[in-house]
Amino acid sequence: MNDAPSPTRTAAFEARLKKRYSAERRFKAFGLGAIGLSIAVLVFLLVSMTVNGIGGFQRVTVEVPIDFTKVGLTMPAGVSDRPAIVRALGDQGLPQVVEFGAEQALGSAAARELNSDAWRQVAEAIADDPVLLRGRGEFTLPTTNDLAAAYVEDRPGELGDVARRLAAEGKLERSFDWGFLTRSDATDPQQVGIWSALKGSMLTMLVTLLLAFPIGVLAALYLEEYAPKNRWTDVIEVSINNLAAVPSIIFGLLGLGVFLTLFPYMRSAPLIGGMTLALMTMPVIVIAGRNAIKAVPPSIRDGAMALGASPVQVVFHHVLPLALPGILTGTIIGMARALGETAPLLMIGMRAFIATPPDGFTDPATVLPVQIFLWSDEIDRGFVERTSAAIIVLLVFLLVMNGLAIYLRNRFEKTW
Amino acid sequence: MPEHTVKAFDEDITRLRGLIAEMGGLAEVAIEEAMRALVTGDEDLAEAVVARDKRLDALEAEVDTMAIRIIALRAPMADDLREIIAALKIGGVVERIGDYAKNIAKRVGEIEDRKRFEPLTLIPAMAEVAAEMVHDVLTAFAARDPVLAREVIDKDEKVDAFYDSIFRNLVSYMVENPATISSAAQLLFVARNIERIGDHATNVAEMVHFAALGTLPPDR
Amino acid sequence: MVTNAPPKMCTRDVSVWYGEKKAVDAVSIDIPAEFVTAFIGPSGCGKSTFLRVLNRMNDTIPSARVEGCIELDGDDIYASRMDVVQLRARVGMVFQKPNPFPKSIYENVAYGPRIHGLAEGKVELDAIVEQSLRRAGLWDEVKDRLADSGTALSGGQQQRLCIARAIAVQPEVILMDEPCSALDPIATAKIEELIDELRGRYAIVIVTHSMQQAARVSQRTAFFHLGKMVEYGETSQIFTNPREVRTKDYITGRYG
Repeated sequence: MNDAPSPTRTAAFEARLKKRYSAERRFKAFGLGAIGLSIAVLVFLLVSMTVNGIGGFQRVTVEVPIDFTKVGLTMPAGVSDRPAIVRALGDQGLPQVVEFGAEQALGSAAARELNSDAWRQVAEAIADDPVLLRGRGEFTLPTTNDLAAAYVEDRPGELGDVARRLAAEGKLERSFDWGFLTRSDATDPQQVGIWSALKGSMLTMLVTLLLAFPIGVLAALYLEEYAPKNRWTDVIEVSINNLAAVPSIIFGLLGLGVFLTLFPYMRSAPLIGGMTLALMTMPVIVIAGRNAIKAVPPSIRDGAMALGASPVQVVFHHVLPLALPGILTGTIIGMARALGETAPLLMIGMRAFIATPPDGFTDPATVLPVQIFLWSDEIDRGFVERTSAAIIVLLVFLLVMNGLAIYLRNRFEKTW
Repeated sequence: MPEHTVKAFDEDITRLRGLIAEMGGLAEVAIEEAMRALVTGDEDLAEAVVARDKRLDALEAEVDTMAIRIIALRAPMADDLREIIAALKIGGVVERIGDYAKNIAKRVGEIEDRKRFEPLTLIPAMAEVAAEMVHDVLTAFAARDPVLAREVIDKDEKVDAFYDSIFRNLVSYMVENPATISSAAQLLFVARNIERIGDHATNVAEMVHFAALGTLPPDR
Repeated sequence: MVTNAPPKMCTRDVSVWYGEKKAVDAVSIDIPAEFVTAFIGPSGCGKSTFLRVLNRMNDTIPSARVEGCIELDGDDIYASRMDVVQLRARVGMVFQKPNPFPKSIYENVAYGPRIHGLAEGKVELDAIVEQSLRRAGLWDEVKDRLADSGTALSGGQQQRLCIARAIAVQPEVILMDEPCSALDPIATAKIEELIDELRGRYAIVIVTHSMQQAARVSQRTAFFHLGKMVEYGETSQIFTNPREVRTKDYITGRYG
């Protein structure tokens, strides 16, 4: 056998080798292409959202100087909460004072285009700092939606001229609007804000996490560590896998049918929304959890048991810490999906017009995706930009949530 | 007995046993030729016996080396181990048997006027028994036969009996014929050597028994 | 080496089935308290399975079934009175592949005493950890880095850590399932020396593939073949003059 050259030194072998290398190169090219395509889509999404949405973080305002010294407004006595103070000042005639000040500074045409709720902003400033009532103040107040639209779209006509004139005088501008993040829903795009939807999303996500995570993890632990391997556990496993694939609107029907019949007075509440989303998220956590637990090597379990650890101690001292990164990954995936769900929440009625942010888990609320959906229905051009801005807020929320979870996962990552 | 899984182990043991068999054959020939030289007075033959003893010494060294090698490389256990140790010791003993035969051959030149010695007829008979013992015990080693080894041990009585009678015979002869004392003394030494050969063959038999069964033969 | 002390563990007619397959067939053997006992035999002969019976590790395998009587100091270990957790604290085990927990060295050794409540307070726990690491011959090498991860040690050190971990719960018996098969010769020699030092304080049972190791380390040896125990006796007798032909064929390398 030493006479024949070894089969790996023939020309035929080298030809085959060339083909194998070109297959390698093709595969690498496909991989890079796939990654490139994904990145391109992602970049396109981010860029278009940003371009569309940046306008949504701005609003058109005018400078209005107001002199309180000659007006004779007083702080209402014995009242300490803001809405009451605002109401009292309104009763005293603050809106007229504001309008008068605008007429003096901007002209009657512009003063007519002052936003009808502008006086509330002045009232809130006074409530925060009553000293204002004794002197003068410069206030940056929002205009009406018509004037704002005329200015932004550069429309011809009377309103457009007014806007351009004021802008040339430096009294009107389009500036960054932090209030977007602190105000709640409104019918006027100049007054609208995302805070109640944001708070609603936070509360709902909290409920979802607090319900889905413990139940999912404990279910996964039980199924992997304790349940006997028989027909029944096979049925359970198949059921959970199917649950994870069920369309989310079905969970909405379930929420409608079960939760709302049980708690009919909590129609739009984060509690109900959270419970519905928890039902949807739990199977994802169970599946990811089971895989993570299966991946823990049996040698660790054997080592712990041989020392005399009871089954519960083996699970909670050894298996769970090692499975935690995988479980957290599954949780991230589930929660991200839940954050963006609209259909089931629409079904249980979280589509109401919520003008004040929810105080607790049982107050009516809405969530970011639903808010976006509702605003996208509006005709007014102003809402288009606000919708894109809300989408940006949703994406940032998602990134923060995922970032936190990834940080936690890396903290718990251990090698064995 | 089944073969070792590692065939080289079997080859090593076979080679070792072959060396022992070769040594045994050389020792038997040495005894036989030494006796012939003694009886016929053939001094050339005696010289040849003395010279050939070197070969026996060389073989013993080879047995030592081979046995040590097998122990180091093969880590023998149980009966393999006993057999190797037995082969090691048997090599030394057979070399000593060869030395006794050489010693007998060396004395051939010292004996004058051998025809007159009556005891001279007894000595070859004694040597024949001793040679049989050597032959049988090496057969027992080759066959791993403890029963044959026991028989060899029993035969040593005969050799001892021979020695007693030759001793008495020679002593009384020396008393009657003081002029022959030096030659007779040589014959005494020869008889002693043969008796020692018999004892050594008994040693070998004990080792064969141990290698085969793991115990020394009873009523030692 | 004759002793009159009663055996630490004794087994009578122990059989183990995995489903339909009989892995161990009616093995009766006494484990002495003051010696190292070695189990040898070809692959699949049931020696590891039988070892795992002694601390009821077969309980973790659903298809395993055990019959026969196994006693520790005269108490049946399969009786309902006997607590499995307590049994495993009294009969410790070291595995073939070193399996330290992915925690610090200190935590690895402290885990057992902690869950069994063997130490009151940190000072006592520190003392137990130090004593266990000393007895395992590892203290000098790790005393300055007890907070390092147990998995960062070399293979031989990891195995000695596992031995220290087993010792920390103060067992009466230590079972070792081929503890050196994953280690290099120097680490193996250190573990064998350690076993010699531990002898007498703990009853030790070691399963090994290496006959030379069994010969070096043990005073009693049992030869297993196809689920049965073929021969049991003093180690020097087994290796110089075994009684059974099957034993002799195996140890001289004539098996298979």
